[in-house]
Amino acid sequence: MSAENVELVCPAGTPAALKAAVDAGADCVYVGFRDETNARNFPGLNFSRPELADGIAYAHERGTKVLVAINTFPRAGQPEIWRKAVDDAARLKADAVILADVGLCDYAHRAHPELRLHLSVQASASSAEAIRFYHQAFGIQRAVLPRVLTVPEIAALCGQVPIEMEVFVFGGLCVMAEGRCSLSSYATGQSPNMNGVCSPASHVRYVEKGDKVVSQLGGFTINTFRSGESAGYPTLCKGRFEANGRLSYLFEEPTSLNTLSLLPDLIAAGVTAFKIEGRQRGRAYVGNVVTAFRRAVDAIRRGETPPAIDLDAITEGNRQTSGAYERSWR
Amino acid sequence: MSGAAKLSLGPVLFNWSPERWRDFYLRMADEAPVDVVHVGEVVCSKRQPFFDKVIPEVVERLTAAGKQVVLSSLALVMTERERDGIRALTGEETGFLVEANDYSAAAALKGRPHVVGPLVNVYNEGTLAYLARNGAVRVCLPPELSAATIGCLAGQGLTEIEVQAFGRLPLAISARCYHARSRNLHKDGCQYVCGEDPDGMVVDTMDGKPFLAVNGTQTMSYHYANLLGELTALRDLGVAHFRLSPHACDMVAVARLFRAVLDGGRSAEEAAAPLEDLLPDAEFANGYVHGREGHRMVQGESLPSGIL
Repeated sequence: MSAENVELVCPAGTPAALKAAVDAGADCVYVGFRDETNARNFPGLNFSRPELADGIAYAHERGTKVLVAINTFPRAGQPEIWRKAVDDAARLKADAVILADVGLCDYAHRAHPELRLHLSVQASASSAEAIRFYHQAFGIQRAVLPRVLTVPEIAALCGQVPIEMEVFVFGGLCVMAEGRCSLSSYATGQSPNMNGVCSPASHVRYVEKGDKVVSQLGGFTINTFRSGESAGYPTLCKGRFEANGRLSYLFEEPTSLNTLSLLPDLIAAGVTAFKIEGRQRGRAYVGNVVTAFRRAVDAIRRGETPPAIDLDAITEGNRQTSGAYERSWR
Repeated sequence: MSGAAKLSLGPVLFNWSPERWRDFYLRMADEAPVDVVHVGEVVCSKRQPFFDKVIPEVVERLTAAGKQVVLSSLALVMTERERDGIRALTGEETGFLVEANDYSAAAALKGRPHVVGPLVNVYNEGTLAYLARNGAVRVCLPPELSAATIGCLAGQGLTEIEVQAFGRLPLAISARCYHARSRNLHKDGCQYVCGEDPDGMVVDTMDGKPFLAVNGTQTMSYHYANLLGELTALRDLGVAHFRLSPHACDMVAVARLFRAVLDGGRSAEEAAAPLEDLLPDAEFANGYVHGREGHRMVQGESLPSGIL
């Protein structure tokens, strides 16, 4: 894969964020409908059908593609909600839909043979055999890789599959294989796979205990902060727990993924598309991150070393990690 | 299917020594009233070589005892070595059913009868229908499904449906090893510290409430699933197999209790206290099948009796 053809795939949780991403130079934006059919089913987020029609018009006029994420797992007995999402994305001329469920892939492939299908990270296809399965069975043309693979493993994979590979380069970070985690529903009854939410705000409480603030999810303490210290959101796998007699961020620190410095290696590995996480983010955040990655990709295209860009301001001082792309993360 | 429900023993998910692992299966072959027994490393490919030398004896004894042996595949397949393992398991016809725990295994088993394990996402009838066409004859459902969903899937009549009825639930799988991380180690140099915890490493919240259990790269529930009280209702919804996930406790006694309730020899209420006696320190949960948080123990609420 040459840098010429690399695509920057950018999040848009609202029509305003879509415009910000398009204006900042996104090659693609990805969006979801305002319901449980996508994995960012948060209040005040996502697109109605008319909003998506307008967003697609805005993006297409400026040469940007629109991908619609329909990446939760349809509820048994009620496939219509998810099928209609696929039908409407096709009708509104979305450039692709991003799917995770085998049954829904099967439906989309049969009902809309002309519709381009991408495999969501939530399908967690981590081997060449799994990716080839989705390609052969449903004509999947691009797979978003789960955040479990190292750069050399991605390079090997790219040479073994006949379709495009997309990887996450920035933003929130799942530490479990995506789409294979029920921690959230264990604590709250709601999960990414079933409800499109992880560690939902409806189950979050901040409780003052003496000079401390305790963040809880579903009644379980996820972290504790000194009064006055900013209390982070209690995402279950980014909490502090005690195990083996020691208190630690057992699964992962409250950190976010940043692979700006790895972009040349990922391009050399054969990756087609770089995905920025953050459909729950506002338009200013989206605009800033997309601008930074646009500059980096354009520099690589010109054969230059990507500029060092300070993303600390964007990540609100959160620690940053290159995640599973480096073997020592495991 | 009502009345004919079978018991299956899931694969040992923990890193037991090969001797303990072998002795466990031999005792289950001789004494446990289970119909199906799963064998194979599901969680971490680094453990696999230790069991290779004892698997043939275990499989032979289980088969001789009249158990249906199912060979379970690895859940998260990433490396060349792991891909080779899947090819070896699915490549040649051995006469044993294979349980696919990811889509690389399911794809390799296309056109042949096989089992789909609980680590493959089967949430709806569309996916179930696809897997049935692919050759699946039995599907063990993921842990977070409610009885309404289980009933809907069992009512399709496409494959046999299996549900985990006992043991810590598999909640997540990762490339990262949290057992190693808890000792400031990496997965590559893990020193196999997961072997120190035969039922997993308990994870407490900061205020001392037990919450989860870590088993290498796998994260499990702290609570043990216990569906004694739901067995007959789930069987009436069409569930054909109930899975008991192995723990260090007396699994023969556990299997006898579940068998007795399925056979009508004991009521669920009569079996509850003896099960608690077998696991005096365990906390039980049945929340998921009641459509609630997975850690809940719901009592006094009946499951839906019909298919939704």
